Amino acid sequence: MSALVCRVVAFFCLLRASAAVFEDQVGKFDWRQQFVGNVRFAAFDAHSQASKKLLVATEKNIFASVNSRTGELFWRHVDKTGQDGQIDAMLVHGQDAVLVVGNGRLLRSWETNIGGLNWEVVMDTGSFQTAQLIGLADIVKFVAVLKKSAISLHYLSNGHQKWVENLPDSDTVQYQTVYSSGNGDVFVLGLVPHSHIVVVAYNIEDGEIMKQVSVEAPWITSLDSSCAVVGSAVLLCVDPVSSSLYTLQLNAEGRAEFVHIPLQSLDLEAEAGFHPVVIATQPHPARVPLKEFFLQLGPERFILLQLKDGAIAPLRDFNPANLVAFATTGEKTVAAVMSPKNETACSINLFSADTGRRLLDTTVTYNLDPNGGKLNRLFVLAFLKKDDSVGYRALVQTEDFALTFLQQPGRVVWVREEALADVVTMEMVDLPLTGTQAELEGEFGKKAAIQDGLLAMVLKRLSSQLILLQAWIGHLWKLFYDARKPRSHVKNEVTIETLARDEFNLQKMMVMVTASGKLFGIDSKSGTILWKHYLQNVQPNAAFKLMVQRTTAHFPHPPQCTLLIKDKDTGLGSLHVFNPIFGKKSHIALPTLPRPIQQSLLLPIMDQDYTKVLMLIDDQYKVTAFPSTKNVLQQLQEMASSIFFYLVDSSQGTLSGFRLRKDLSTELMWEVVIPAEVQKITLVKGKRANEHVHSQGRVMGDRSVLYKYLNPNLLAVVTESTDTHPERSFIGVFLIDGVTGRIIHEAVQRKARGPVHLVHSENWVVYEYWNTKSRRNEFSVLEQYEGTELYNSSVFSSLDRPHPPQVLQQSYIFPSPINTLEATLTEKGITSRHLLVGLPSGAILSLPKMFLDPRRPEVVSEQSREENLIPYAPEMPIRTEWFINYNQTVSRVKGIYTAPSGLESTCLVVAYGLDIYQTRVFPSKQFDVLKDDYDYMLISSVLLGLFFATMISKRLAEVKLLNRAWR
Amino acid sequence: MASLRQPLSSLLTVLLLICTEFVHCNTNKRATDGQDADFSVPLEHSFEMDDVPRFRRRGSLEVRGGRENGVSISQGQLSEEDRNMLKEVASVDGLYRIRVPRVSLQADRQSERQIDGYLTAFVRACALVESHLSDVITLHSDVAGSLIGVSIVTIPGACRGVEVEDEVDLDVFNTTLSIMAPVTAPVPETALFIEKMEQEMERKGKNPQEQKSFFGKYWYLILGGAVFLMATSSAQPPAGGDRQQN
Repeated sequence: MSALVCRVVAFFCLLRASAAVFEDQVGKFDWRQQFVGNVRFAAFDAHSQASKKLLVATEKNIFASVNSRTGELFWRHVDKTGQDGQIDAMLVHGQDAVLVVGNGRLLRSWETNIGGLNWEVVMDTGSFQTAQLIGLADIVKFVAVLKKSAISLHYLSNGHQKWVENLPDSDTVQYQTVYSSGNGDVFVLGLVPHSHIVVVAYNIEDGEIMKQVSVEAPWITSLDSSCAVVGSAVLLCVDPVSSSLYTLQLNAEGRAEFVHIPLQSLDLEAEAGFHPVVIATQPHPARVPLKEFFLQLGPERFILLQLKDGAIAPLRDFNPANLVAFATTGEKTVAAVMSPKNETACSINLFSADTGRRLLDTTVTYNLDPNGGKLNRLFVLAFLKKDDSVGYRALVQTEDFALTFLQQPGRVVWVREEALADVVTMEMVDLPLTGTQAELEGEFGKKAAIQDGLLAMVLKRLSSQLILLQAWIGHLWKLFYDARKPRSHVKNEVTIETLARDEFNLQKMMVMVTASGKLFGIDSKSGTILWKHYLQNVQPNAAFKLMVQRTTAHFPHPPQCTLLIKDKDTGLGSLHVFNPIFGKKSHIALPTLPRPIQQSLLLPIMDQDYTKVLMLIDDQYKVTAFPSTKNVLQQLQEMASSIFFYLVDSSQGTLSGFRLRKDLSTELMWEVVIPAEVQKITLVKGKRANEHVHSQGRVMGDRSVLYKYLNPNLLAVVTESTDTHPERSFIGVFLIDGVTGRIIHEAVQRKARGPVHLVHSENWVVYEYWNTKSRRNEFSVLEQYEGTELYNSSVFSSLDRPHPPQVLQQSYIFPSPINTLEATLTEKGITSRHLLVGLPSGAILSLPKMFLDPRRPEVVSEQSREENLIPYAPEMPIRTEWFINYNQTVSRVKGIYTAPSGLESTCLVVAYGLDIYQTRVFPSKQFDVLKDDYDYMLISSVLLGLFFATMISKRLAEVKLLNRAWR
Repeated sequence: MASLRQPLSSLLTVLLLICTEFVHCNTNKRATDGQDADFSVPLEHSFEMDDVPRFRRRGSLEVRGGRENGVSISQGQLSEEDRNMLKEVASVDGLYRIRVPRVSLQADRQSERQIDGYLTAFVRACALVESHLSDVITLHSDVAGSLIGVSIVTIPGACRGVEVEDEVDLDVFNTTLSIMAPVTAPVPETALFIEKMEQEMERKGKNPQEQKSFFGKYWYLILGGAVFLMATSSAQPPAGGDRQQN
């Protein structure tokens, strides 16, 4: 009986907690954007005229096909992260794309139409050098893979190995290039730096060495960018030291020798300090390369040259030019050259490769984004028009990982912001009020009321009422106008001008910081990028911290965000202050930060213009305040004795607490040292500053109250043992008061290993670890309670809370590894909390905190039932209806950001990783919102009916009374 | 009141795992037994008007090494000068700091017992004065037995500005001292759960009454409900049909 009852209780609890999305709600308040990362290889699928595929392989180990008309993804294959999945080479032939993956470990062929795998072969170990398609008799049949010590030839049709041969003297010779012109020989070129070049020719049929020559070349350092095969088997190299070109006939009979051609003889000269680059092209793998090639002599200087009968002749000099690219369509090969037009625009022109003549009507203007990065690469898709002239589309890649696809005569077809594939941190900022609202606010501000007289105020009131009326009529007109149009035509275009806060503050500005140093402002409702800003001089290993110094609430002061960029190697920091709504850089004077930054703190102290004070502590424990106006410094002096901060040195294992002094120096207050030889601090997490806790305690079954220990200064510190043996490894969990340094709780989870994911909120800490003994993931929850009596109910002070809290803990099995963990957050903290768990499968699980409650009883009693506690079960369920992103998987989810909305029931969620997914969650259902299908008619008719009924009955009663009185 | 405490204490069994060992302080008394596992650690304190720490000896902590760590304190009285100083520091809301050296409490690591560096903690001097020198000092050790932190609180902990007569109240420390080693965090309780499940299964097997299904037991309620629902729904014409057409 009791089992049944408790199951029923559990069932109802689950019923209440389930929060799936209905089918008709899909995409209503959520969106997902998919990314691929910075493009390493790109190729247009040019085998048919109508094809609109762009194949890309990226630094994030992703192989994808992009629709070149819209910029959307056709399909995407996400491989392992790190070295194992790294794409080394991409070769496209017809409908097949051959990839070399994981430093030459795997060779894969993909069908490019649907993204299916044709075949995959595992190759012998050896560090990968290059791969090349090999043709024979005008048909591309093989793919050659060159490794450090061997070359192998595989059939393109099925991946089978035709032959593999060891390279001669591979321990001294660095083999770098493979060349074949489809005549039955495969040339492998290697070099010994500053000594000689080795040319080995293999027979394509059986891999027999046909010829092996070594050519003296004391000037050679590398084959990769300074050499190329041009024309019919002529190796062309450029030597920056002697400023000359060298050519070598590869298939010459007899003794081979380099022919020396000084650049001066061509009236050319390399720019000082620049390593010249040779850019050649082989339009078809089974045919000889083009005779023409580009020689880059400076960062902005390219020359198109032609090799004819052993002599080199310049065809055209491009100075200045940013980027060049060859493109082939049919039998024609063209050279596309991008050259700067003026300061804000570039133009792309096509030139005939064999003559160097400019082709008419081929100019495309490309406007440089002032907030974007420098130009990086150019890919050109050329095609033959009906009149046999060459048309083209161009893909421009910039330093900030953006891809821009251009069409003649300069229309931007689409832009992909691939920097968003690596979001590091983000914040959500409230949108500002509309113009009219702001005007109202401004007019009736305190200052205005004092300055103006009575009459002026009345006039102002009237005028603003008029403005309101006007806006309302405009709105009505728009509604009327839109109502006549079919629904699909009504587009709510979001632009920076139309941005305004909605009724329930559900639409916010997402400020995203990416690893490449590009900042984005994204509208949370639609996912539209409203502004972007590329920070030019950010080191690739920089750490970012984004803070909202002033919110939108302080009209007319604009909101203000501050990004602290810290170089991980030197620790030196710099600040970027900007307006989060418009992305504009603020012109506030920034403090100079000559010393490495150790810690940064956003204090609740505000300047006169409502800017919160940012405190930066350097490695000599000196404090810099930003802004540092007189007012701020005065406030800091007054508050100094109550401003504490902590520093963590995980290499030494020290946690130390400091207090601010009046002269902005600091003093050491406490020190906790966790010996680094035994365990290493891996995670320190405080509570979120904007979190509200509605209830001080929990009502227990016997109607007494168990008060929560709500210490806002509490830090959760996680350590991992240095001993990684599964029997002896452990993780330590410490709860330390950040003001007094008092260790509130100290627990050790034995036979456990990281990585630990942790959420610290209210009076609880939830963490996840790997149990090395049982080989499973486990969740553990720690809750702190003061007991049945509060020590001081009015105010919390870390300095005056002598009794340690009671700490309860319970653990559960979780049937999946996790990527990230976060808790929901609501405006007032009334709504029950859920944990948002990012799973490696790409699902985001909304796990009710109710399941992670250390007071879940093992034996059900009357009181626990009264309290609605779920009986303890060691395994935590994963229910598919708890997935808040239904089938919209978020690949490689890295972080989840939660923000409260104006509705207490609603929490805004953004999950980011490779993809970005935004949605809303309702942990306690939408208790403060009427449902979509709410029957307004019924309720209003009932109300009206009752109203009239009372009126009539009142009248009747009066008549009756009157009649009685007359009697 | 007892009934109130009952559920709480039963729920807090986890807490009892905390292997703290309270040893009351003994003033003016040296630990006498001379086991070589025992050793003493100096406890130093500092309270200065200019808030620059200058640590002086307050007493010493006698640590009993070995498996069962215990600790006691021997400390002297505050001198007249110190008492006045403490009151003065308290009057300007200064701090009272203590520090202990980083040591290992494990006996077998005696040779490497002393590690350089100190662990420090503080309390407001006024709180110490107003609590009549009643402080609670807790030493925290890690799994390997080295000291990782020290904490000091006074009971009561607040500063209310109460006048304190120094002769009577600021004479001797009334110290409660304890060592706190890390608690072993619980792992999922699978064994107990399986046992419980098995018991339930067994009980079900024994008692055929329990095996009755939900419908078997409550058929009369369900039937009644169904009849009621049918009666109410037949009274109204179905309203769903025309709404869908809208």
